[in-house]
Amino acid sequence: MVSTTAHTIVAEELAPLPRSRLRRWLAFLIHEPLGALGIVLVLAMATTGTFAELIAPYSPTANDFGAMMEAPSWSHLLGTDQFGRDLLSRIVYGARTAMIVGLSSALVGGTCGLVLGVGSAYFGGRTDLVMQRIFDILMAFPLIIMALAVVAIFGTGVHNVIVAITIPLVPRCARVVRASALAIREIPYVDAARALGFGHLRIILFHMVPNVMAPFLIMVTAFVGQAILAEASLSYLGLGVQEPVPAWGLMLQGGAEEFATSAPWIAIFPGVAIVLSVLGINLFGDALRDTLDPKLRKR
Amino acid sequence: MAHNRDGRCLSLGLMLMLGAVLMFGANAALAGAPKRGGILTYMIPADGGPSLDGHRETTFAVLHATAPFYSVLIRVNPDNPSSTTDFQCDLCTEMPQPTDNGLTYRFKIRKGVKFHDGSPLTAQDVAASWNKIVHPQPGVASARESNFVMVDSITAPDDETVVFKLKFATLTFVPALADPCAYIYSKKKLDQDMHWYEKNIMGSGPFKLTEYQVGQSIKGERNPDYYHPGQPYLDGFVAIFAPKQSVRTDAIRADRAALEFRSLPPSARDQLVRELHDKITVQESDWNCGNVVTPNHQKKPFDDVRVRQALFLAIDQWKGAQALSKIAIIKTVGGIVFPGSPLAATKEELQKLIGYGPDIEAARAEARRLLREAGQEHLEFELLNRNVDQPYKIVGTWLVDEWSKVGLKVSQKVVPTGPWLDAMRSGDFTVALEANCQNVVNPIADVGRWLPHDVQRENYGFFSDPEMVEIHDRMLRETDVDKARILMRKFETRINQQAHQLMVTYWYRIVPMRSYVKGWKISPSHYLNQDLANIWLDK
Amino acid sequence: MYRYIIKRVLLVIPTLIGAAALVFVLMRLIPGDVCVVRLGSSGGTFDPKAIALCHAELGMDRPLVVQFIDFVWGIMRFDFGTSMWSGNPVTTEIWARLPISLEIAILATVIAIAIAIPLGAVSAVKQNTWIDLVVRLFAVGGTATPSFWLGLVSLLIVLNVTSAVFGTPWMPPIEYVPIWQDPIHNLSMALLPAVTVGYRYAAVSMRMTRSAMLEVMQEDYIRTARAKGLINKLIINRHALKNALLPVVTLIGIEFAFLIGGLVVTEQVFNLNGVGRLFVQAVQNQDYTLTQALVMLTVIIFVISNLLVDLLYAWLDPRIRYA
Repeated sequence: MVSTTAHTIVAEELAPLPRSRLRRWLAFLIHEPLGALGIVLVLAMATTGTFAELIAPYSPTANDFGAMMEAPSWSHLLGTDQFGRDLLSRIVYGARTAMIVGLSSALVGGTCGLVLGVGSAYFGGRTDLVMQRIFDILMAFPLIIMALAVVAIFGTGVHNVIVAITIPLVPRCARVVRASALAIREIPYVDAARALGFGHLRIILFHMVPNVMAPFLIMVTAFVGQAILAEASLSYLGLGVQEPVPAWGLMLQGGAEEFATSAPWIAIFPGVAIVLSVLGINLFGDALRDTLDPKLRKR
Repeated sequence: MAHNRDGRCLSLGLMLMLGAVLMFGANAALAGAPKRGGILTYMIPADGGPSLDGHRETTFAVLHATAPFYSVLIRVNPDNPSSTTDFQCDLCTEMPQPTDNGLTYRFKIRKGVKFHDGSPLTAQDVAASWNKIVHPQPGVASARESNFVMVDSITAPDDETVVFKLKFATLTFVPALADPCAYIYSKKKLDQDMHWYEKNIMGSGPFKLTEYQVGQSIKGERNPDYYHPGQPYLDGFVAIFAPKQSVRTDAIRADRAALEFRSLPPSARDQLVRELHDKITVQESDWNCGNVVTPNHQKKPFDDVRVRQALFLAIDQWKGAQALSKIAIIKTVGGIVFPGSPLAATKEELQKLIGYGPDIEAARAEARRLLREAGQEHLEFELLNRNVDQPYKIVGTWLVDEWSKVGLKVSQKVVPTGPWLDAMRSGDFTVALEANCQNVVNPIADVGRWLPHDVQRENYGFFSDPEMVEIHDRMLRETDVDKARILMRKFETRINQQAHQLMVTYWYRIVPMRSYVKGWKISPSHYLNQDLANIWLDK
Repeated sequence: MYRYIIKRVLLVIPTLIGAAALVFVLMRLIPGDVCVVRLGSSGGTFDPKAIALCHAELGMDRPLVVQFIDFVWGIMRFDFGTSMWSGNPVTTEIWARLPISLEIAILATVIAIAIAIPLGAVSAVKQNTWIDLVVRLFAVGGTATPSFWLGLVSLLIVLNVTSAVFGTPWMPPIEYVPIWQDPIHNLSMALLPAVTVGYRYAAVSMRMTRSAMLEVMQEDYIRTARAKGLINKLIINRHALKNALLPVVTLIGIEFAFLIGGLVVTEQVFNLNGVGRLFVQAVQNQDYTLTQALVMLTVIIFVISNLLVDLLYAWLDPRIRYA
């Protein structure tokens, strides 16, 4: 009996939602065409990366010395590189590498930054002072030194590149999150929660973190794009992912420059892939911020 | 840039054009009398070297920047630098015959040679410079000390004679003496300060230093007192440090510089030929450098000779070299001796060795069999490689593919130069791809690199093999070329049967230059023939 | 106010020492060292005695603590030591390469400001029109394009276009000449890299200008000005833009410090003998002294620009100024 009634009530409440949600999405598309473009690009990249095996016509790592540096043609839509590897397949698989590197760095970096930033704001005093100094040092430190040290000590490869890129992201996130968390800390309910005997962890996780979610999400979205660009720069300097792993930044290094005039497609297409992906992510991030911001702004 | 769908048509046309250019280039280099005048602008494909002392440093960046300022005692004939036996005098008057059963060499030094500061150059300066190289004082670093273990003493009994006394007679002495980095310094300066030449330049060579901008460029002007008549033809030169290869290619294309003296990859050559036609001349030569696959004998399972042999059998050098020569600076397949030189193995002799067989399918079947026998059919390992594209990373990528064909799963660990050297020196690797580069072709000395670790510290295979050491010792003291050749074949076969290390293709020098640059001839090493004295501009 | 300044300035010191410790430790964790690179990178043989000698010469055989104290003490006296690779004083090495890097940084900033502020303001004023869309796309594109790829492609375009139009390809000069000696030669070398670096810089500043302008234009005093009947143009130039510029200027200041890092890759692409390239060389050669000095330089610039920004805000914020 109860379940049927509950079911009916829930059904009534659910009924109007689909139409208004669709309307909301349409309104979003019209008002934010750039955001829509961003979502399309991000979805394209995600699909390509996830279903790489189905989309790519060739294996991305198979050398074919009979087809070296061929111009785009029907058999190789984007041409081949200096080892005869199909460029389209490498770019498709590269989307997966980019997603892995981008998402891992952004999520790990963002989460560490979130925890440290909120913790630093919450505990305040000397802890805060020390953490702030550590953030300053890490932010001022050039990425290339960090990356070179990580690479030289632990070797190259996807995992180490992720470590190298994550490190500078942590203090940036921590800084922003801390600023928001500081504002919340002043609000009386935190003191009230302490008075009620709630533990530190509980207050941090259930009271402060939810309130810094908006700037955190915006930062993480921005980080994905920055991580992809960072991987490209590091690979360009030879410190990133190594052969024969398909990664966009790696494809722009070495061979691309050497063959830039005789086989420009090797240099152009991976770059275009990077630009489109990061563009999509940034546009998406912008739209996200515009949507989330009004909730933050006290008007 | 017209790209034909039919690759064959394109490459045939390109080859014809290339052939024409090469022939034209060769003829042009010989034709015409040298014209005086002009400034040669060339590029040095590196960042500036450490110090300016040729005795101390080993990198070619230092040589390309400083060789025009100095003289040497003897050198490879600048008009025939690819010869491995044609040595000529620079500062001496004639090539001496050894006396005392090959133990003593007396050189007569030219008269009237002056240093750039006006002071006279005598045999005392030659002796002092050579003593700095062979018997350096404590606190003075000499990179080539170990090449001259056979030298007992170097003296200058008078101002015109230098006497080298050897401990034992050997074929390796004269080529070693022709080392292009053995600059003759002023004894007076060396007596004042043994380290003076690290920061300063003052020699007796064809050019005088005018300007040195750290990390940027070095400039010289003609030395009017140069002792080779008529030379140098150039008024001066400008050398610009340009580590980026695409920039160098573009610079030659846009005539911002005439050439670089090391090597450009085949793609750059093809592009320049295609665009500049007869405005570009290309000289090519085999290079006395090659990549070496070195398994660490101290790491299991590479202590098992079967596994090592399988590793080498899997590689198809003949086909690989041919394919890679289109994208990388490699070409010739050779053994441990520079191909084409008197002591080198012939193709028939090579094909009997592991890793050089003509039938790759049979070789790979044998490799799989050996791996099965050793219980390693699913072996996985990491190849340590250097973070340099040409040709290290390309060769590494190719090797990984070759090994996959016998079921080996290999990944590359690519690290910058410092950690690469360090990992090898400390034995912290499984299989490494390294390089073996020598300058003057001096086979018996050059193959010293292959000697076991207890004798030759820079051998990172970490193995011991007394038989090899014994053969090499006999070779070192052998003065008859034919007998030396027989010993060399024994030496090479021993290395190969034990599968200690494998030479995977020799590098290939490709030097495209603007056609107005005449007089320079390519040699097997980018260290040779760099004093610019015989270069002239046909402008 | 003064308490705040003093406190803020004092906090710089632990940051600097922390950065010094970090770079010191990181460099020494990398396997290999400058002596090995110097002697071994040509592929030939080298004497192990030579390496030991090299270590002794460079003081690398001293205990690490001694080396660290030497380093920190040197910085405090503004003595950055000598490069382990070349033996020249670090200041000489950096001084020789500073002109071209500074020139590009300044040119990039000028280009960025010249593009960003007008476009950002226009985009804000014409919000949600197609002008706004195009400018925003242009700006987001700038943050999405890897600067070295842009440099590569632009060089390619220049070479091919000049080759097609004039018959012979033209490329920027590869030899540095100071601007007072030959301005055209110098500028043709610096322009393309400055534009490449400046695009990203302009993009970031453009976005900031736009959002700052948007915020300011919502303010009450702008509404009042409109109600008073002031011309829009006057409102924008005299009231809105000026107030919007504060966050923009601080952003430009902070981004300038990051610019130095961006130069690392750009100088590789264009073969410029600048500080960025020196950085890469120093790290690859494992030249501890030079790398440490360069890192400290970067950190100091960053820390000082942050300090100035904080002090500026403190001065502007009456709550702190009159505390």
